[in-house]
Amino acid sequence: MQRQGNRKIRHIASFLLLGIGVLVFLVCNICIGSVEISLSDIGKCLVGLEMEQTIQRILWDIRFPRAVAAMILGGALALAGYLLQTFFHNPIAGPFTLGISSGAKMVVALVMVFLLGKSVRVSSTMLISSAFLGALLSMGFVLLMSRKVSKMSMLIISGVMIGYICSAVTEFVVTFANDADIVNLHNWSRGSFSGTTWDHVVVMAAVVLVTSLIVFFLSKPLGAYQLGEAYARNMGVNIKFLRGAMVVLSSLLSACIVAFAGPISFVGVAVPHLVKGMLGTTKPILMIPACFLGGSVFCLFCDLLARTLFAPTELSISTVTAVFGAPIVLWIMVRRKKERAV
Amino acid sequence: MEYYFSTKKMCVGYQKRPLIKDIEIGLKKGDILTLIGPNGAGKSTILKSIAKQLELISGVVYLDKQSLSQMSGTELSRKMAVVLTDKLKTEMMTCEEVVATGRYPYTGHFGILSKEDYRMVEEAMELVHVTEIKDRDYTQISDGQRQRVMLARAICQEPEIIILDEPTSYLDVKYKLEFLSILQEMRRKKGLTVIMSLHELELAARVADKILCVNGAYVDRFGTPEEIFVPGYINQLFGIASGCFDEENSNMELEAIREDAKVFVIAGGGTGRNAYRRLQREGIAFIAGILFENDVDYPVAKALAAEVIGTEAFEPIPEEVLERAKQKIDACERVVCCKEKFGTLEVANGALLAYAQAAGKRIETKVIV
Repeated sequence: MQRQGNRKIRHIASFLLLGIGVLVFLVCNICIGSVEISLSDIGKCLVGLEMEQTIQRILWDIRFPRAVAAMILGGALALAGYLLQTFFHNPIAGPFTLGISSGAKMVVALVMVFLLGKSVRVSSTMLISSAFLGALLSMGFVLLMSRKVSKMSMLIISGVMIGYICSAVTEFVVTFANDADIVNLHNWSRGSFSGTTWDHVVVMAAVVLVTSLIVFFLSKPLGAYQLGEAYARNMGVNIKFLRGAMVVLSSLLSACIVAFAGPISFVGVAVPHLVKGMLGTTKPILMIPACFLGGSVFCLFCDLLARTLFAPTELSISTVTAVFGAPIVLWIMVRRKKERAV
Repeated sequence: MEYYFSTKKMCVGYQKRPLIKDIEIGLKKGDILTLIGPNGAGKSTILKSIAKQLELISGVVYLDKQSLSQMSGTELSRKMAVVLTDKLKTEMMTCEEVVATGRYPYTGHFGILSKEDYRMVEEAMELVHVTEIKDRDYTQISDGQRQRVMLARAICQEPEIIILDEPTSYLDVKYKLEFLSILQEMRRKKGLTVIMSLHELELAARVADKILCVNGAYVDRFGTPEEIFVPGYINQLFGIASGCFDEENSNMELEAIREDAKVFVIAGGGTGRNAYRRLQREGIAFIAGILFENDVDYPVAKALAAEVIGTEAFEPIPEEVLERAKQKIDACERVVCCKEKFGTLEVANGALLAYAQAAGKRIETKVIV
């Protein structure tokens, strides 16, 4: 009982910390930048008071949507990673390591170049759908591979290979597509939260929140699935349905991220791992919301660095996430080796 | 006959390829069924099919008059618990949390455990004596402890029928017996029906009400232990070529040394077994005699001796048997006598010892070498 009490305190503390983290970084991301904005300006803007036009424009049109996008997409990314790790029973699976982001990126690039060539405006829904298609394509390939290879590391390697192939195709398309919009496309294909508009935010919020809620409602069967398929089946879980749902949901989340911010590396692997350590459990009912919050914090933090570190030059978000995320992935692999050796 | 659990023309296998056909099992509520058979004979395949882990190729499985294929996952999970050889994959889970997953079919949409659920978990852990390791990480305990935790998990699932695949393989003798006692107790108290595979034949012979003998391609026999453990059958089922299994006493003996015997062992009443085994270990061929056919030494001698001189039980040893034994002693160099005194019906053995002494053979008495 004592231990259970301690564990509960630990969980509550973790959630408080994550919640505060999201708030703090949200405010930082809005305040800090080439133009410093005070807290009172944020308040004024939110309440709708009279304020300087330029500041209001910067706040409302640039900082707010970008910060909110980083928050939502960061959460989505971590959650997608968590789902994939659960699905494959593999701690280093993630949308990026399995090539799902790159697949989505490729299809989006193809669709964009094709439509821009015909001077058709690309809508958010079209972006998401094409990204979703690409994500499913890669996922399908990874699933095929997972039947052939039993080793976890082999699965990741095949995922990385798929990623390279898709990236090569994307690069090819982007390089030879000769259009003014391609500059944007180039930025996007490297991963960035810049240029997010409220239209985008509304669509991504709708998709991500609905998807995440569904994932949360699946937390009980996911917990059973973690124990292994045989036992989950005996516990009454409909494995086929659950696996299908996991594929669709994780692809949808990955697609949403790629559609609006391009591929972002390592968040999907690093965040669930860090959050797991923080909570001291892998129970989905806690992990799902915690991963979401953790992903938000991580992406807000990384985007802040990407924008401000070498201002006015902006780094791609993946550059920053890789610096923090990749060592964690390495750490996981080293530790797993050790555990197995014991 | 109304069965609680039965299979009709069940055919099991992998990927639509039938492995074992026409399996007919019938169990009453509270029966304990044990599957025995050689490695790779398909015991696990049958268990997995019964537990709905594998699709049946054909046939039907009935549980409580209901076809298993028509039961929903949750419905079945409240009636049937499994302990498989597949390892439970856990991360950062204490043993208590593992046991608590057994309550899954009874919890609400988010799987939150009630006070009642915790009480069941507690009880199950006490029953199999894992309470003291409840806060340990499941991956950090021994294989034997893990098997007991898995039993606790299955128990708190409150099943009516439990499927166990080699549940005792990692347990020491104390826990093996305790494990089976718990199953017997649950059968007595709650009418639990048990289906399990066991490699320990001696345990199967003692705990099972029914035994299913699986032999790779087919079910060889299905019956009570009395019907299965008849002389020669187990050796045939497993294709035992070196050594042998004694069906009546559930003893295993290694292969006899089949050379020209130069040692004669006089024994009886259980005095000879250890001497026989010792000689076998040392690679010395021997002749055993004169043994009554119901003597506890007799089956061991049958398994290990190059030749056994036996005689009808409860009768004095006939003259011609004694003569035959004397001839054998003539050919031996050494005589081992395990007996200290001879009873009225076995005076012939005493005479045999005297004959050997008179013939100047090397005599070793008591349990020797």
